[in-house]
Amino acid sequence: MIKAILIFNNHGKPRLSKFYQPYGEDTQQQIIRETFHLVSKRDENVCNFLEGGLLIGGSDNKLIYRHYATLYFVFCVDSSESELGILDLIQVFVETLDKCFENVCELDLIFHVDKVHNILAEMVMGGMVLETNMNEIVTQIDAQNKLEKSEADK
Amino acid sequence: APVSGGPRCSVPCPARPGADTTAIMPAVSKGDGMRGLAVFISDIRNCKSKEAEIKRINKELANIRSKFKGDKALDGYSKKKYVCKLLFIFLLGHDIDFGHMEAVNLLSSNKYTEKQIGYLFISVLVNSNSELIRLINNAIKNDLASRNPTFMCLALHCIANVGSREMGEAFAADIPRILVAGDSMDSVKQSAALCLLRLYKASPDLVPMGEWTARVVHLLNDQHMGVVTAAVSLITCLCKKNPDDFKTCVSLAVSRLSRIVSSASTDLQDYTYYFVPAPWLSVKLLRLLQCYPPPEDAAVKGRLVECLETVLNKAQEPPKSKKVQHSNAKNAILFETISLIIHYDSEPNLLVRACNQLGQFLQHRETNLRYLALESMCTLASSEFSHEAVKTHIDTVINALKTERDVSVRQRAADLLYAMCDRSNAKQIVSEMLRYLETADYAIREEIVLKVAILAEKYAVDYSWYVDTILNLIRIAGDYVSEEVWYRVLQIVTNRDDVQGYAAKTVFEALQAPACHENMVKVGGYILGEFGNLIAGDPRSSPPVQFSLLHSKFHLCSVATRALLLSTYIKFINLFPETKATIQGVLRAGSQLRNADVELQQRAVEYLTLSSVASTDVLATVLEEMPPFPERESSILAKLKRKKGPGAGSALDDGRRDPSSNDINGGMEPTPSTVSTPSPSADLLGLRAAPPPAAPPASAGAGNLLVDVFDGPAAQPSLGPTPEEAFLRFVCKNNGVLFENQLLQIGVKSEFRQNLGRMYLFYGNKTSVQFQNFSPTVVHPGDLQTHILSGPAQPPVDGGAQVQQVLNIECLRDFLTPPLLSVRFRYGGAPQALTLKLPVTINKFFQPTEMAAQDFFQRWKQLSLPQQEAQKIFKANHPMDAEVTKAKVRDRGRVCRPMNFVGAGIIQTKALQVGCLLRLEPNAQAQMYRLTLRTSKEPVSRHLCELLAQQF
Repeated sequence: MIKAILIFNNHGKPRLSKFYQPYGEDTQQQIIRETFHLVSKRDENVCNFLEGGLLIGGSDNKLIYRHYATLYFVFCVDSSESELGILDLIQVFVETLDKCFENVCELDLIFHVDKVHNILAEMVMGGMVLETNMNEIVTQIDAQNKLEKSEADK
Repeated sequence: APVSGGPRCSVPCPARPGADTTAIMPAVSKGDGMRGLAVFISDIRNCKSKEAEIKRINKELANIRSKFKGDKALDGYSKKKYVCKLLFIFLLGHDIDFGHMEAVNLLSSNKYTEKQIGYLFISVLVNSNSELIRLINNAIKNDLASRNPTFMCLALHCIANVGSREMGEAFAADIPRILVAGDSMDSVKQSAALCLLRLYKASPDLVPMGEWTARVVHLLNDQHMGVVTAAVSLITCLCKKNPDDFKTCVSLAVSRLSRIVSSASTDLQDYTYYFVPAPWLSVKLLRLLQCYPPPEDAAVKGRLVECLETVLNKAQEPPKSKKVQHSNAKNAILFETISLIIHYDSEPNLLVRACNQLGQFLQHRETNLRYLALESMCTLASSEFSHEAVKTHIDTVINALKTERDVSVRQRAADLLYAMCDRSNAKQIVSEMLRYLETADYAIREEIVLKVAILAEKYAVDYSWYVDTILNLIRIAGDYVSEEVWYRVLQIVTNRDDVQGYAAKTVFEALQAPACHENMVKVGGYILGEFGNLIAGDPRSSPPVQFSLLHSKFHLCSVATRALLLSTYIKFINLFPETKATIQGVLRAGSQLRNADVELQQRAVEYLTLSSVASTDVLATVLEEMPPFPERESSILAKLKRKKGPGAGSALDDGRRDPSSNDINGGMEPTPSTVSTPSPSADLLGLRAAPPPAAPPASAGAGNLLVDVFDGPAAQPSLGPTPEEAFLRFVCKNNGVLFENQLLQIGVKSEFRQNLGRMYLFYGNKTSVQFQNFSPTVVHPGDLQTHILSGPAQPPVDGGAQVQQVLNIECLRDFLTPPLLSVRFRYGGAPQALTLKLPVTINKFFQPTEMAAQDFFQRWKQLSLPQQEAQKIFKANHPMDAEVTKAKVRDRGRVCRPMNFVGAGIIQTKALQVGCLLRLEPNAQAQMYRLTLRTSKEPVSRHLCELLAQQF
């Protein structure tokens, strides 16, 4: 199960946080800080997996992350998930964002938090993977956009 | 443009190099406009300081609040805009304490955009115990019934994201119906499957299994791969608790997997990821299969083995793409395949291939693959088919420990070395781990220390190596050597007389170092106090030299260590009378006798007095060498398990690989029970008398360091054994600690003669605060025929004080349930209450009878009615030792035969006497006992049998 999905930039500013287990608001912020601290001090080209921080459950959980330019994408998962599978999933997520935002950049995530959440919701639901087919996800998002447009035109 | 400031940041997509050079699209120009939102976000980003940001946010919050509270009804667009602002503020780490109601209102909008943002707000910001849940549930109910797939999916998402019990109660019954309904859209089925999974995880009791389970299994055949993906996750979770309900999923999963694995790389179209067909689904199917044993049906099994072989073969083929995504996806399937092969652990051929494949990965240039290979090999090491094959990689793994740049990978290498360790390579692995420890990351030092300590003990052939290893641990990483580790070396040295001289010599040398770790002083102090005499013949380590060496460290040490050293000194007085004057001088010094620390002061006073008043004989008895420690699970192993979760010690737990390996433990003599005293002031006895095997640990204060050595896991959360365990312990003993928690310790001393008993209860207040209204009372359960006269215990009980209560007990007739002690008091205003069984059992009124063997068997035959006999066959709880067993049986009668213990006695009550005969037959090979009781009263036979069976 995926426990949390976090995106933050190189300075630790959160750009997306999605928790699939109930945590208090303060704990959520602490988890983001702790995770940033763990991930950001790692060199490039080391492995993409590490044991989770204490707040999110310690060594029972793994942090699986990718670093794209200014952003870290971090998935916190339990032992039932395949590490490489999650790495692929991060890639699918980023490629989908890239399609939906036409060359995604950090600013897109900042100004469209709601959209990013919607895209993520098409992939992951309640901590489990719903869909991995990028075209399917993009089709759903396009359909949503059309709905939005038609409602705005009314 | 409203968007300005901030560095230009972008997310390049590795699949499309150059994406990062594209210019930023100003958010507001994308046409989906919420201009106010964009302006607000830009304002925040332009804030020069944290204070300015907070000020801007507070201004916005006030604005939104007034808009929500205002008279004018907001339109959907405005509501959406404000809710988006709140989400953004929340992401920045600010509390949002309003807006929930507005979000709930958005749920009932007919517009998709408004509904969606309402659900988003709720799934991000509403916690499961909100009082709004009822309103939210109403909206969800409407959307689920709407037959609009988009709305249904939004509602299902919301349930899955909040996942509260109340939502489960409201919807758990409906969702299976939606999931298997013929007319549900694929996207709805997908969402329903995961929604159900989430509810099941949160509250399994709310999801009843039923007719729908069979139809869920058949979703594995669904045309839509997304539905299959969701269904596999659901089944994997459900089948863990209900394997039989779902066992048909095995053959369906195998055929689905087989179709994917054998498909060409383009067959599955959109589900092909970088030339790999449906990697995610393959991984999930392989995980599902790991929930079951290998398929029994030969055809299914053949097909599966074929799949596994295909995956292994494909790993050797040249890659279809150079992209890392391609190899990632391919290897994700490969690693899962290997996990399944290890899980089955029945196909030697596949296991060896898996091991070879992992061996290749150990040297792969991709760090991720090295990491995963080390991790998988850890599990492979515990398979008997592949343990030897794993061992051939030892040099590579040691090299990884030395050279990997990434601590995560080094940690896996250390884990693997631990898992592959056996007698043949233990010395090499331990020495490599010790070397690694010198430079290891602080975060993992403690774990490495534990691992080295366990391996050194487990595979020690000669104990001097073991002692050297542990002392090295203390030298290299003293701060990380926990109590468990140095307690353990003391236990082992105490129990092995062939290593005591070497240990004394080695610690003596180690203590010569000008700066040695305090843990070294502790170990050194303890060992020299016990076995310093073994090296005293050498003038370089004569008694005065030993003493002055230890004493030179004394002033630098903590109170706990100094307390231990004082005990060493008094032991020296016994071992080496020539040091008596010097040591008495030290004890007499004002810094000891008037030490501010009460424990040190008490030790100094008591030891000084003891050394002056006691005769040499008494001194020799009181300060005799420690008896061997009773053997139990290594407390270090227990600690590692706690640290790493169950399974961490598995490499050592299973005797499968190395059944003869516990020779350290094997040679140990269990200790005969000695009476321990419950009084906290009886420190001198605490120093020398070993509490019985399962004595409760004394309180964790510095003064009890030595007592703590006796106990296994020193850091266990509750202070003592559970009351039930404590009670059982008293079946065969009369004195000890009956109960202990943070506040209170209850000690018991009792004596019994004929049908009378007297029991002293000691209530110790462990806090510094007075207990008010302290009232211990004895409650008689209805069927108890024991008569108790209570002496008063006077309330209140001052902090740190101990009060005493005396009970006179008369056994009127035989009884089954013990009297209950109820203790009530107020601590810091809070009422405290506890109820304990008093350790009065029928066997306390046992009078042993002398009897010749033939008399015994004659009487045995006389008591031959079936109801007079009670028998129990059980596994030995304690090491089988003839002497100890004899002592236990003797407590309740005479012993006649060596390997077949019998006892006879009479239970004395006022009303009647019950003659009892006991027979205990050990089976050393099976480690089992058969206990037979024959008495003239049926309930007594059964009750005694139950009580005594716990004791062997």
